Amino acid sequence: MSHNHSHHLTNTVTQQQDAAIRLHNLTLTYHRHPVVHHISGSFMAGELTAIVGPNGAGKSTLLKAIVGLMRTTSGAVEFAHLKPSDIAYLPQQAAIARDFPLSVQDAVLLGDWRSSGWFGRVNRNARQRADAALSRVGLAGFGTRPVDELSAGQFQRVLFARLLLQDARLILLDEPFTALDAKTTADLLGVIAGWRREGRTVVAVLHDYEQVRAYFPQTLLLAKECIAWGPTAEVLTPTNLARANGMPQSWDEDAAICIRDESPPPSAPHDHALHQH
Amino acid sequence: MNPYEIFWQPFAEFAFMRHALIGCLTLALGCAPIGLFLVLRRMSLVGDAMSHAILPGAAIAFILYGLSLTAMSIGGLIAGLVVVLAAGLVTRTTQLKEDASFAAFYLVSLASGVLLVSKWGSNVDLMHILFGTVLAVDAAALTFLASVATITVVALAILYRALVVESFDPEFLQSMGGRGAWAHFAFLILVVLNLVAGFQALGTLMAVGLMMLPAASARLWARELPAMLAIALVIALVAGYAGLLISYHGDLPSGPSIILTAGMAYFISLAFGTRGGLIRRWLGHEHLEA
Repeated sequence: MSHNHSHHLTNTVTQQQDAAIRLHNLTLTYHRHPVVHHISGSFMAGELTAIVGPNGAGKSTLLKAIVGLMRTTSGAVEFAHLKPSDIAYLPQQAAIARDFPLSVQDAVLLGDWRSSGWFGRVNRNARQRADAALSRVGLAGFGTRPVDELSAGQFQRVLFARLLLQDARLILLDEPFTALDAKTTADLLGVIAGWRREGRTVVAVLHDYEQVRAYFPQTLLLAKECIAWGPTAEVLTPTNLARANGMPQSWDEDAAICIRDESPPPSAPHDHALHQH
Repeated sequence: MNPYEIFWQPFAEFAFMRHALIGCLTLALGCAPIGLFLVLRRMSLVGDAMSHAILPGAAIAFILYGLSLTAMSIGGLIAGLVVVLAAGLVTRTTQLKEDASFAAFYLVSLASGVLLVSKWGSNVDLMHILFGTVLAVDAAALTFLASVATITVVALAILYRALVVESFDPEFLQSMGGRGAWAHFAFLILVVLNLVAGFQALGTLMAVGLMMLPAASARLWARELPAMLAIALVIALVAGYAGLLISYHGDLPSGPSIILTAGMAYFISLAFGTRGGLIRRWLGHEHLEA
């Protein structure tokens, strides 16, 4: 397991320009086993970045750590000019109770949570924005329908409408197009392109390389460690992809404790898999 | 017998029947909405678990202070809160999911309760705690029931949006810093409070019935939450009233009569419910054009 240093040097340049999020030697673990291992680099502000890598590469875990749903084991996530309230996060759908008796409009209006909260009034402006958001994702007139009558594609459109309402500067998407048809995917990619024009930062976990090449200028190729990070064309090379897909799938139960230097830049490559911090 | 004799005379004639009726209707006000949220949050069995969990508290109070409603309610409340807190803590700090931690704690609690009662009480006491006697509801008990119903309705009004969002998409609320855990925890306290309120009238086991059966029935009729709440409430109120009448005329125990009446409403809903009832499903073969 070796560590790629070249991306680190190229990224120090962009870090000084316009980073939205900086990762400083970030390590995330489950049961002390690292899932994201010593990652440093920056997500560029106002840019679309794809996170690509095999299953179990730590992509979702990294997003959770950025949102604050997961504790960092070591290292740090640093935000440049971003408050927690500037972040919108769309997880994979597992946790949502899609049979809950909620109307589509109410589901979209959750995006207004920051101003309405537990008790606040949902004002007319928010309702109009919700209607506009529904139109933008191609669901005009669906407001009064219950969410349990929607198809998977329509439901994902609703969640995108909710993101639109959140009006966040940083948008994190975890596999947003899984199990969606081409038309829905194309429409939602259109929404993401709109976010870029509006100067928002988008980070999306994706699996479709062609999609990434076509729509996402920046890519982070992750396989527990950072394989490559930078302009998509330079990252998604056959060599890099082969290295990412060669990632060991299982934990080494007898792995030694990781003693890699805590301070960036990391020390020389070495073999290890278990963390104690 | 004329309709007056069937439907009203028992209450006009006997004060204990009036107390029982007011008690049941009051209980229904809190239990129906609580039960609906339990159903929607897929926590139907948590209500059942909690009803067992409050048993040792009530048993200890009974052994120490005799058949005192106040003591038993406080005891049950303490036991219930301990289980809620412990299960919540375990869920948040260990690998175990909420259902597993609730199951573990309520079983330990229930076993302690049964042990205590069989060592220092009698089987009659255990039956009383488990199945209650709605006909022994006195003025003090009514005050307690009314207080619990008031607290429940007001608290649900306050928690409503947070609970809905927490039920629909807990991760979203968490990522927004919405403190959904507080809503969840407050809700569990309301569950305990209503079960404790219910056990004098219906017994710890039967109180859950007044929560779950109207709620499960309502889910089969309405497609929006406010309508579901209204239907669950109506079913709970009607079950309380009709169950008491059946118990009176048939000389049957009141708790089971009330719960079986609610059970009837449930079976009717299963058959005729407009949202996923069986008959609708069987008849619904002719499909529409679009």
